[in-house]
Amino acid sequence: MKATIVDLKPAVRRPRVRWGDRLLYLYTWAIIVWLCLPIAVMIAFGFNDTTGRLNLTWQGFTLKWYGQLFSVPDLTTALVNSLTIAVVATLGSAVLGTLIGLALGKYRFRGQGALNIVQFAAISAPETVMGASLLSFFVQLGVGRGYWTILIAHIMFSLSFVAITVRSRVLTLDPSIDEAARDLGAGGWAVFRLVTLPMIFPAVLAGALLAFALSIDDFIITSFNSGSTLTFPLWIWGAQRNGLPPQVNVMGTLIFVGGILLAAGNAVVARRRR
Amino acid sequence: MTETVEADTATGTELAAIELRRVVKTFHSHGEAVPAVKGVDLAIGQGEFFSLLGPSGCGKTTTMRMIAGFDEPTEGEVFLHGSDVVGVPPNRRDINMVFQSYALFPHMSVLENVAFGLRRKGVPKDEVARRVGEMLEIVDLTGREKRRPRELSGGQQQRVALARALVNRPRALLLDEPLGALDLKLRQAMQVELKRIQREVGITFVYVTHDQNEALTMSDRIAVMNDGLIEQLGTPREIYERPATKFVAGFIGTSNVLSGTVSRRDAAAAVIEPGPGERIVVPGTASAGDVVEFTVRPEKIDVRTEQPDGEGCALRGTVTEVVYLGTFTNYNVQTSTAAEVVVFVQNVSSADDVAARGDSVWLSWDPRHSYAIGA
Repeated sequence: MKATIVDLKPAVRRPRVRWGDRLLYLYTWAIIVWLCLPIAVMIAFGFNDTTGRLNLTWQGFTLKWYGQLFSVPDLTTALVNSLTIAVVATLGSAVLGTLIGLALGKYRFRGQGALNIVQFAAISAPETVMGASLLSFFVQLGVGRGYWTILIAHIMFSLSFVAITVRSRVLTLDPSIDEAARDLGAGGWAVFRLVTLPMIFPAVLAGALLAFALSIDDFIITSFNSGSTLTFPLWIWGAQRNGLPPQVNVMGTLIFVGGILLAAGNAVVARRRR
Repeated sequence: MTETVEADTATGTELAAIELRRVVKTFHSHGEAVPAVKGVDLAIGQGEFFSLLGPSGCGKTTTMRMIAGFDEPTEGEVFLHGSDVVGVPPNRRDINMVFQSYALFPHMSVLENVAFGLRRKGVPKDEVARRVGEMLEIVDLTGREKRRPRELSGGQQQRVALARALVNRPRALLLDEPLGALDLKLRQAMQVELKRIQREVGITFVYVTHDQNEALTMSDRIAVMNDGLIEQLGTPREIYERPATKFVAGFIGTSNVLSGTVSRRDAAAAVIEPGPGERIVVPGTASAGDVVEFTVRPEKIDVRTEQPDGEGCALRGTVTEVVYLGTFTNYNVQTSTAAEVVVFVQNVSSADDVAARGDSVWLSWDPRHSYAIGA
């Protein structure tokens, strides 16, 4: 996931580049290439002029799959499901996670320690366990599995990521800033809207992006709780035995580009605010 | 002096700007009751520069937070201009505060920071602009309206915090160690500046500090606090010259705390005679046989080599240390009663020191400068 960016300023007053530096340089690039290669392959095969059912060998360059992006009906439905679930789950977990993060960072209350542990447990618990237990929970309640159960599951597992990023941001804030706002005549809601939220917004955004990324490509928990509803990853899993159409690559490419744009936007906003 | 006039208005019949009656604050931590303020009575006059002075943990900040409304008293009453404000949230109290960390809004410009309070109150736009402009001029920050707090120096941030509070024309301004984060030179400059601004705007200032010099320099009156209680309340001169308790004597400036057994009474004073020719006169009611503790400020004592004449206080001793400090020389003298006394002698002439280390000397001072103290 994470690539280490190594600062490689040329060594001043040291004409000979040391072997250690060279190795580090090579290693860094090896990691970058290694991380990018699968993505590059995915993007490339979206332009593959394949004729058969299998999109595994390079046949030539074409743009036709971009034109026929929505020509596989089930795939389009699955993508729409994935995108709407991801957006709603992101919003839901951003709101709830921000509130939890604020409570954990600002106040001391009974059950705080337990809440902290539960958060980390939710993050570290194996997905199969979480998916299976959610399934039995829904079965016990007699809730039919489908779009809504997927949504609830996604909000549940991405909530903690938002809460934890917001909490660590809140802990770095000077508590007297909120007091200053109250002192200057702001009521509870005005303090939150004008002072607290703008200060924690980079953390909320970072948490929300993480939630979106987790939701859009979740497979395991979703497959336990999806009923007959298909999401993008579920459709791919089901279709891959018969060969994946190049549209999958195109959609993957577009999601990837969207993610890059969001991350870049976040970086710009964060830099301006700091 | 104006100090005495203002001191009178605070305790007189005029309505006090801030009044605390039997205020107690107890915090609860891990099921244990921790008393922070143990019963404070205060009346601060309109337009007064009032300091709460004491070491950390003495309850001064808690006292101020109860005035601001961030903490509610466990017992007692808080009055602002005659009305009881216990239970009124800070945003509804006509009082503003300057925080130790400044607590500026990092995502807002200087202008937005200063305008915050006025905008919250719904003051019309043009009036906000005018008042913010005026206030930035008073604190000498005109031209920096668009800067973010982090782009300003410590002293400038401090002045933004001050402007942000003062622009609302509060009934009183509370300042929590506002100069604590500044270096010495800037701190001294800001002390003068704060006093000037306070005179200009005429608002009651309540200043919390652990720095006795700051309190003495700026205040009309000072309340010296220790362990949740007020040890002494008075003008800087009263507190310095006549410390009421041993704690005050030790906390404010350098002080010699001595004790002795009264050998006889003489008019309105007790006389201690530790040795032949030695005599200490302490005004007060102590009778023969009592042990009294008293203080003498180092600059009130004179050092000479011959025994002094007259009815003043005289004490024999040996010089253990001489430190030349420019405007004065600091002598440490071991007295015949085995106590060590610090003496500051003004270097009026450029001649040599009156005594050297190891010399036998006589210390003398006017009996008016020895004060018997309480516990």
